Amino acid sequence: MLDGRSVTARPGEVLIAAAERAGVFIPRFCYHPRMKPVGMCRMCLVEVASPRGPALQPSCFIPVTEGMEVVTTSERVKKAQDGVHEFLLINHPLDCPVCDKGGECPLQDQTLAYGPGESRFVEEKRHFEKPIALSNLVLLDRERCIQCGRCTRFAEEIAGEAQIDFAGRGERLEVAKFPTTSFSSYFSGNTVQICPVGALTATPYRFTARPWDLDQVESTCTTCALGCRVAVQSSANRLTRLLGIDVDPVNQSWLCDKGRYVFESVNGDEALVPGAAFAGEARPAGRGATVRLTQPLVRTHGELVPASWGEALGAAADGLRRVRAVGGPEAVAVLGGARLTNEGAYAWAKLAKGVIGTDSVDAQLGDGLPAELVLSLPRATIDEACRAKVLVTLTGDVREELPVLFLRVRQAVLSGATRLVELTYQTTSLTPYAAASLLMRSGDAPGLARLLVGGSAIASGAPFHPDGPPWSPAQLATARDLLAETPEGAGVVVLVGRPSLAEDASLVAEAVEVLANAWPAARFLPTLRRGNVHGALDMGFAPGLLPGRVSLEEGRAWFRRFWPTVPERTGRSGAAVLASLAGDLEDPDGASDQREAPKGPPIGALVLLGADPVGDFPDRQLAERALAAAEFVVVVGGHPSASLHHADVVLPAAVAHERPGTTTNVEGRVSRLGQKLVAPGLAWPDWMIAAELAASLGADLGFTSASAVLEEIGRVAPSYRGIDAAIEEGTHRDGVIVPLVGRGVERFEPIDPIATPGVESVERQGAPPRVGSARIGAWVVPVSVEGSGEGVPRLLSWPSYVAKRTSTRPTHVSPPDAYTLRLVSGRRLYDRGSAVLGSPSLVPLVPKAPARINPHDLDRFGIDDGDAVRVRSSRGSLVMRAEADPNVARGTVVIDFNLTVAVPDHRDAPGREALRRETTAEKDRRGTERPEDAQRELGASVLIDAMAPVTDIRLESL
Amino acid sequence: MSYFTPDRRAQAEELLSLYPKARSALVPLCHLAQEQDGWLRPEAMEEIAGLVGVTPAEVRGTATFYDMLHTEPVGTYLIAICTNIACLLDGAQELLEHAEELLGVRAGGTTEDGRFSLEEAECLADCDHAPCVQVNHRFVRAQTPEAFDQLVDDLVAGRVQETIPPHGTLCRVRRDGGLRVDRQQIAAERAAARAAKASRAAAADEAKPSSGGSS
Ligand code: SF4
Ligand code: SF4
Ligand code: FES
Ligand code: FES
Repeated sequence: MLDGRSVTARPGEVLIAAAERAGVFIPRFCYHPRMKPVGMCRMCLVEVASPRGPALQPSCFIPVTEGMEVVTTSERVKKAQDGVHEFLLINHPLDCPVCDKGGECPLQDQTLAYGPGESRFVEEKRHFEKPIALSNLVLLDRERCIQCGRCTRFAEEIAGEAQIDFAGRGERLEVAKFPTTSFSSYFSGNTVQICPVGALTATPYRFTARPWDLDQVESTCTTCALGCRVAVQSSANRLTRLLGIDVDPVNQSWLCDKGRYVFESVNGDEALVPGAAFAGEARPAGRGATVRLTQPLVRTHGELVPASWGEALGAAADGLRRVRAVGGPEAVAVLGGARLTNEGAYAWAKLAKGVIGTDSVDAQLGDGLPAELVLSLPRATIDEACRAKVLVTLTGDVREELPVLFLRVRQAVLSGATRLVELTYQTTSLTPYAAASLLMRSGDAPGLARLLVGGSAIASGAPFHPDGPPWSPAQLATARDLLAETPEGAGVVVLVGRPSLAEDASLVAEAVEVLANAWPAARFLPTLRRGNVHGALDMGFAPGLLPGRVSLEEGRAWFRRFWPTVPERTGRSGAAVLASLAGDLEDPDGASDQREAPKGPPIGALVLLGADPVGDFPDRQLAERALAAAEFVVVVGGHPSASLHHADVVLPAAVAHERPGTTTNVEGRVSRLGQKLVAPGLAWPDWMIAAELAASLGADLGFTSASAVLEEIGRVAPSYRGIDAAIEEGTHRDGVIVPLVGRGVERFEPIDPIATPGVESVERQGAPPRVGSARIGAWVVPVSVEGSGEGVPRLLSWPSYVAKRTSTRPTHVSPPDAYTLRLVSGRRLYDRGSAVLGSPSLVPLVPKAPARINPHDLDRFGIDDGDAVRVRSSRGSLVMRAEADPNVARGTVVIDFNLTVAVPDHRDAPGREALRRETTAEKDRRGTERPEDAQRELGASVLIDAMAPVTDIRLESL
Repeated sequence: MSYFTPDRRAQAEELLSLYPKARSALVPLCHLAQEQDGWLRPEAMEEIAGLVGVTPAEVRGTATFYDMLHTEPVGTYLIAICTNIACLLDGAQELLEHAEELLGVRAGGTTEDGRFSLEEAECLADCDHAPCVQVNHRFVRAQTPEAFDQLVDDLVAGRVQETIPPHGTLCRVRRDGGLRVDRQQIAAERAAARAAKASRAAAADEAKPSSGGSS
């Protein structure tokens, strides 16, 4: 009984949540629906009947029981609420007019609604030095803190790293970090999001706006491929902040700091002026110093000069026509597209494959996995991964690549919902949670996979190494025991990604094939991390594919009905395109996605869709040679990049938050992107650029709006059939998973407006408010996907993949000798990508990459921790700092990707001196070539050899 | 490099082994570290964090909860004056003000030469000698301003070194044997506790069928 009417609760549900679902809001501060209750603030007191009469109890802390009688509005409850407020306000400064939370503050709102009218407190309040910086991003005004413990609980319970905790006691209690470290968590922004007062503020937002000046749309974060739902807020056509929206199957209200703050790179203050600095080069420091591409440019007499859209499109069309006339359609290659919306990707796929007729289209630049493999694997959802009997990971560090997925997996393991088996080159953020963590060397993955599924050591072909296998036999036994409980892989989910960019994708691919064949009932969650790479692959943005997860052969007849043409032959992958341009004979991924690709004619024209091969491709040297060799280069994008040096035509595109559309995440969930800003200058959305360029080439793509593109996708892309109807504006805002099957239920839990203050209080554009609304709806899928309607091609599947795979030619990795180490280059969250470099708040967080080596190996080479060493591969060399790291497998050197390499400390005079001498010597040797300092900025990509299956390194002490 | 001196490191490990959960050793380890430096240096808290498996911020959070653990440097002599009710009625406030004036620091502060820290304490359980004063957790009888001046004089001159050794806090009040524990005794006590528990359980088991029978 709740206030006299009878309500039902779920087993174990706390009173405050059950009441909320029944439409009774009980005020609260410390309670957060995504964290364990603590009952700290006493704001939620209600009267609960007990044998000794009604008693005041904290409703956030007591589970509902059968027949419980609860009153939330009695005089006594009111008096308790008054009392709690009076106490809270004793030390609260009431500086609302200058407080960032003013206007969206739960303390302000609840005091008004439930508090006493007056305070009896006349004494002096607490004073503190204000604000103190907990980190670069989070500031704390201690006097405003009401000690609810949301931030400290988040850090400990959700992020798993209590870098902040309460210090002191009584009225001196304050939130504090440790003096010598900072609150450097990748998830620190969430504490600001959930703080119910203005105690925690984020530097990018502090003092920039008032909630009543903002408006917002719901959208999806595309900074990585997890697809967290966000409220995007802006003022005067500038983004001000992003807040996480609680979507149960994805982000459960959390965001990572990169996703939250890279919006700064969208707020471009400066347009690129021809001849000005390009990305990666010197740029003015300070807020909003991002440079954006805002107008078309055409290279004239060797210089990029501003042009009209008509001129630029004409120049692009002329160039493409010229190249096609000489080399045929296959002489044109289109790379990139992982940052586009699904609509943009489909439009470009239609232009490239259906108008120009080339299949050499790739959204991945040597940093992904063979597309056909990814799309053929039976796909798991994030939820399925989080309740898998065994969750196997063969990927980079999840916290670095898909941060919020780390939060989900960590919670799942801690709650006992799943057990983790990790295959990795180094200890990761998930290692402490793993039931078994199998350390391996680059090249070991296929062999270890065979061992894992029950093969013997000899038959597994695990490469020989003088030190023996790096994994511990006990851990391997544990893993095998766990997996023995899951016959055929039933209930097993495998996370598959790229643990290292310094090895060929075929190694992971081979390991995955072993697992998929041995475990027919297992499911896979690909962890490719680039923005909308999964949407792009689904739209056919890879060689051998057509939109809607069908192969070129299978879908050819179907797409002939809708497209002017369909490519005759399978094209080349991104890596192969660059290799062929660079004149490198060997096919880089001959064993994987290129197995049927004939050697095509030379590539003449490159279209780069927001891609920067020079910056993104693992092998920098090869990418540079390739771009220099390309006859005609069209760059389409929102931000300048190093590849602009080679551009003949530049077409400015709208970026995230500047165009509506849809995106697809790792699990195949399609959700909406909201448009919050008007794109700067003359930038257009990508689909429009594709349509206009097609028109310049004399073809009509047949759509005039993003929604028309989505409608066409929903009609012709087999795995997306019905998608346009299913996620019509305003419905299914959690997104839907493709392919659609049957009927889905839309279920909105009423969400606590105080969980994320600042979403409810800000005006919305577009769809009606979601927070606090409860709706049950259903989508009506017009088609069941497979086979309905004549001629609909069959989707890629594991059996079809296996059937097609004629030769299993395992990648040959020669065993390393005692003098070489194998390079591993993983991803870090903050790297030198254009989004981070364009976000002034994040730039200081980008780390430097030392050469991390197992202490045993350092000993062997007679190198001390912190020494300068020269690291040499067949491609190049770097002088950098060596760091002893027991978390790295023996025989391995880890240099993380896309980071400036670390050099020895200033403190270490001899190391410094050696470095100086070496640098001078190297400069002399290289003459006028790129100076060593610049080399260092490029980092691991200088060393990686994309032509070799693995990159071996020699260490030279200086 | 361990922050603890080798023998203290050994003590630390011994302490850890006493508890079924490493985290339980947090406060004892803080005392051990304080014994070394007189206060908890950040390096000490970092090492303790590693030993018990929490973050340094959590060690600091716990340490700052307790008045006898210091996260800021304290002077050689830590003078505590009780200002609870019995002492207050007998002139503790005046004594404290006098001490502040004499030492030139506010309660909670440390003199510039690092010799004295002054703190205001809650009841120290010596109310019959109010106002009560402690130096390095040793009771001293300095109930009047004059006696207090004399105390400070003696401390400066090193005249009371035997009874009040300089520096540090808890180490000065260690009982005989200090933190070292007799392993066998612990084992014996644990065994006895287990046996008692088992016999209680057995007794309860026996009681059950009989109660079942009687009803
Ligand atoms: S800083 Fe905010 S979230 Fe943290 S305890 Fe204080 S009021 Fe709560
Ligand atoms: S985890 Fe990925 S999708 Fe989520 S907020 Fe971070 S970058 Fe965005
Ligand atoms: S005590 Fe229940 S919300 Fe704080
Ligand atoms: S009141 Fe001062 S010692 Fe008890």
